[in-house]
Amino acid sequence: MGEILVLAEHREGELREISLQMLNKASELCRKYSHDLSVVLIGSEMENLIKILAERAKRVIVYNDERLTHFNADHYKEILAALINERKPLMIWIGHTPWGMGLAPALAVKTGYPMATDCVDIMLDSDRPRVVRQVYSDKIYSRMTLREAPAYLVTVRGGAFPSDKSEDYQAEVINATVPPLIEKSRREFIGYRDTGKGEVDICQAELLVSIGRGIGDKDNIEVIKELADLMGGVISCSRPVVDKKWLPKYHQVGTSGKTVKPKVYLALGISGAFQHVAGISGAGTVIAVNKDKKAPIFRVADYGAVADLLTIVKSLKEKLHKR
Amino acid sequence: MNIIVCVKNVPFIQEVDLVLDASRHDIRKDNLTYVINEWDNYAIEEAIRIKERTGSNVTAVTLGKEADEDILRRCLAMGADQAVRIEPGAMQPDASMTAVILSALLKSMPHDLILTGVQSDDLNHGVVGIMMAERLGLAHAAVVSSLKPEDGKAQISIELEGGQEELSRILLPALLTIQTGINEPRYVSVMGIRRAAKKEIRVIKAQDLGIPSADLRPDLLIEETFLPPETGGAEILQGDISSISDQIIRIIREKGVGL
Repeated sequence: MGEILVLAEHREGELREISLQMLNKASELCRKYSHDLSVVLIGSEMENLIKILAERAKRVIVYNDERLTHFNADHYKEILAALINERKPLMIWIGHTPWGMGLAPALAVKTGYPMATDCVDIMLDSDRPRVVRQVYSDKIYSRMTLREAPAYLVTVRGGAFPSDKSEDYQAEVINATVPPLIEKSRREFIGYRDTGKGEVDICQAELLVSIGRGIGDKDNIEVIKELADLMGGVISCSRPVVDKKWLPKYHQVGTSGKTVKPKVYLALGISGAFQHVAGISGAGTVIAVNKDKKAPIFRVADYGAVADLLTIVKSLKEKLHKR
Repeated sequence: MNIIVCVKNVPFIQEVDLVLDASRHDIRKDNLTYVINEWDNYAIEEAIRIKERTGSNVTAVTLGKEADEDILRRCLAMGADQAVRIEPGAMQPDASMTAVILSALLKSMPHDLILTGVQSDDLNHGVVGIMMAERLGLAHAAVVSSLKPEDGKAQISIELEGGQEELSRILLPALLTIQTGINEPRYVSVMGIRRAAKKEIRVIKAQDLGIPSADLRPDLLIEETFLPPETGGAEILQGDISSISDQIIRIIREKGVGL
């Protein structure tokens, strides 16, 4: 029997969804293979979070300290390394989030344990994990094992597992002693900033006309805006369009942008990377137009057209003009 | 300030049909063209911009074969001062080994700031930069979306989920992994690359870096690479462009959106 340690991620008093998703899957594996599920919570004043987590794991290990109020990769790494050394768990799970990405690789080097990141599935085979990752812009899947070691680290892709409670636990809450922290951290927290606010709110739109990398050229944006106006819809986009500064950030749909819920989402030239798709799970109907018939967007869309988006847009505009 | 940027040559896969290779451990790459990893392009641009503002020295480094020198020439054309290629020889480094090899070289090079992309477009492990930081004992941050170095420190923002950013101050020397969109990478002309072809690229063999062989073992053992299961998926609209447009308009109306 081994232990799976899940690191809870939280921000400004709220648990991040990824924490619940990891606990859902880890709980399933623990039940199947008679392992123990523990969740690690690092921060300060976390009574509410402890209550939620106590129903989802056998053990909640709490590190409570004012200096831990905000995420700090250096502090987290020291705490987890000490905890791993003490408890000798079989696996350590961390969210594949911006914070997790700044922590997990450093922890892997510090502990010397092998790590697989951004996993979309995790299996166990006689205490040796096997994981599935998506590679090449999610077009290909790869199943792999980790080099044999006393413990294994994985980071888990957001949205890979449901957030539901899979079993009723009444956890033992352990208040752990915070190990000596580096007094002067190399990184100092200043604050949070919201970059998502702007002139239009894509979250309120009934129809989103959304563009991706396939738009090809900045000059084509105007044509799409005209189509969106003709349709009474709002223009939105995927990450590459914002990266190129062709549309402001508040138009962006996806993990780092907004989660939208229109009646219809018309995806034009969007390949459908998971970061984008995560933002449209609440859409009523998804219609995708893409030249690449193997684009991942067609796996989540309700309707698809394998075609050049500008040709389709031109045709749609003509038809709507005639009326 | 000495800035080192680690870059990787990756296959270009947007709107390209990928085919599995015979071993079923990877895709066939002989028919693909290669480009600088998108995240790394933003990282080298960021370094050049800092150089232009503050007069820093920028070195581009890659772990790769001779053909991968193309991206180093591209970095030189953008404004990097030197370029170094580490020749892997017979090694087939995975992500964690790449971090071992790169940090073995970088520890002997002066650095105030090391930049990498957040991840690579091919295998997207997203670990090389932060693993290097830990090996080199550097302050670090991942998914950096803005960067202002000043006086032994840097003001940075980390891109979080849902349009939120975390602002912080980090002590230099530091390693930062750079997110796309942090800047607008400049256009590199063929002429520029040709001019850069005259600059020397230093080549160092990985085997000469004195890395203990125990550190050079892969973390991950691929069992099988496969195409995604074809579950559900979109109903593909058939017909010519005009007919497809009619169907799209009909579907949108049916779903209760007035056009």
